Amino acid sequence: MAEARPAGGRVLTVPFVIGIAVILIAGIYMAKRFIYGLGPVTGMNDGFPWGLWIAYDVNVGTAFACGGYAMAVLIYIFNRFEYSPLLKPAILTSMFGYILGGFSVFIDIGRYWQMHNVFLPWHANVHSALFEVALCIATYCLVLLIEFAPVVFKRYPIKDLETKLNRILFVFVALGMLLPTMHQSSLGSLMVLAGAKLSPLWWSKLLPLFFLMAAMLLGYAIVIFETSLSSLRFNTPHELKIVRRLSSIVPWVLGVFILMRIQDINAQGALGLAFQGDLAGNMFLIEMGLMLVGLLLIALPGNRQDPTKVLWSALCILLGVGLYRFNAYIIGYDPGNGWHYFPAVGELMITLGIIAVEILGYLWIVKRFPVLALPERPQRA
Amino acid sequence: MSIKRRDFLKTAAGSSLLLAAGTSTAWGASAQDELPPKALGILYDSNLCIGCQACMTACKRANDMPAEHSGPNSIWDNPLDLSAKTLNIIKMYTSGEEQAFVKRQCMHCLEPACAAACPVSALRKDPETGVVTYDKDACIGCRYCQIACPYNVPKFEWDDPFPQIQKCQLCDHLYDQGRYAACCEACPTGASLFGPVKDLQEEAQRRLLMEPGRYYEFPVNHIQKGSAVRHRAKAYVDHIYGAQELGGTQVMLLAGTDFQNLGLPELKATSYVRDLEGISKGLYKYMLYPVAALGGLLYVVKKRGGHDERP
Repeated sequence: MAEARPAGGRVLTVPFVIGIAVILIAGIYMAKRFIYGLGPVTGMNDGFPWGLWIAYDVNVGTAFACGGYAMAVLIYIFNRFEYSPLLKPAILTSMFGYILGGFSVFIDIGRYWQMHNVFLPWHANVHSALFEVALCIATYCLVLLIEFAPVVFKRYPIKDLETKLNRILFVFVALGMLLPTMHQSSLGSLMVLAGAKLSPLWWSKLLPLFFLMAAMLLGYAIVIFETSLSSLRFNTPHELKIVRRLSSIVPWVLGVFILMRIQDINAQGALGLAFQGDLAGNMFLIEMGLMLVGLLLIALPGNRQDPTKVLWSALCILLGVGLYRFNAYIIGYDPGNGWHYFPAVGELMITLGIIAVEILGYLWIVKRFPVLALPERPQRA
Repeated sequence: MSIKRRDFLKTAAGSSLLLAAGTSTAWGASAQDELPPKALGILYDSNLCIGCQACMTACKRANDMPAEHSGPNSIWDNPLDLSAKTLNIIKMYTSGEEQAFVKRQCMHCLEPACAAACPVSALRKDPETGVVTYDKDACIGCRYCQIACPYNVPKFEWDDPFPQIQKCQLCDHLYDQGRYAACCEACPTGASLFGPVKDLQEEAQRRLLMEPGRYYEFPVNHIQKGSAVRHRAKAYVDHIYGAQELGGTQVMLLAGTDFQNLGLPELKATSYVRDLEGISKGLYKYMLYPVAALGGLLYVVKKRGGHDERP
């Protein structure tokens, strides 16, 4: 029977060293950002005050990190405990995604030395969607650390603490389902205030619902994607079987998501904007196309038996739904007045550095800690 | 900084987990025609403006703003648009024979999206005057106000390691000295007119009824304290910009050409702040829904044994 154990193997591989180099370069640009300000390092401007860091690292990144959330909902709410081997690796990626999303915010905000103001009652604006996002993401980072703690205790046991934690763990599991529901929808609510500056292809009163559905979809897609990849790398046949079953849920959620969005744009009389041939229209078509391909690839039960088709479908959904969230923050946003935005080299390098930290951290932990459900190793004589 | 105990408790309750949809809001309670009691504003009349830019100089001086050199050979302050150095600007629109000036600055919305957006209440609408103020000691520099502002007014100091947001605050630091907005103090023609919003609204309506070509008296500088000059009335577009836009603004404009030509966006009558308010009230119902959801989740997880293994 497969159970969670360290995958073992060397940590310092060649890709790992390349990753470290990327992180170091990102560090140089980060220093530059704190010494000279945001302007010299980024492509952001008064027309596009949010760039790659918010639109990708936070907005798409934390949604990619919704694997732990999506799996927890499936396991606890729908009582599907057969999926539980996938939960730990998912929580691990969630932890990295969220903590680094929070770190990106710290890099991005101009007056970072006052960031604690968000948590001071006399400053906090409880009506602000961004206040809600900030508070929930900060809390959720703590929740994820606590949810992952048992894995660390398995390797470094602290007897008393572990039993105490186990007794109250259910509170954090419950919070771990409530908090993402709230802030992932709030990330959508945020853009309601962009109003006329956001194209009707993305602006909607349903933004909070769409962003929540997108987070769910990305959560399942990332679990399918990661499990498929790690089964290739670490040989986990047991997980692969579970993924096949998991992929039968996705077409339903995705189908409803696509239909609702098209209907919502139609209700605003804006479907024509998709075929203008401009950047926003084309990006909308690409986004929709990717989602449809992802849907068709696993809509047929026969296809779900084919690991390759499942993997490609997950990749299309990741790109398509991820692009939806990205477009709603940048591509569909037009402040007018001829403003343009394109990420600068430093901005891009910092984002790549953050992605590198996520990947390297994940590899190191699965190799050294009991996360993945691996088959018994043959005993050495 | 004083806060009411009730407000503190309300906020604390919200902060304990997240957002409490309070009963009255700092920004959402005002209806379209319900102004703050002492609402102050500006009426800018493009037909009276001669483009002298005296208001820009006065604004820089009153707010201690640096000169902005646009272009390599610029000797004097010549901003091209609003920026972190320029809170007020006069621009010119030309099309064939037609030309018109426009003044751009913070509109001091009745339902300011920037204040609704700001997570730390750095942007607030003064309950008395309705001036939308900025507090750099509260600001975290997240720039959500820039995303939310329909007029792209708040500007950010991109090249400063310790940046802040810059925008017009209607010279509220001068009121104690018996002064008012420096741009209106400096305007020689009455194009920028300061005063209570109610009076300015009446004045704007009076102008729309004027017969083009005839002479009329126009108040200058301050609608209550200023003098008056005679001008020949020009034809107006029959619209007071700011009377209806997104719930209305305290800075209003009149013009002889389409407002879209002057770079002012065409906007619906209800604010996006209201749209969002409706959404979050529906979603959170005074925190009842999240609390109920948490209760349900706690019960379910506890029942299932609280671990990810089959109970």
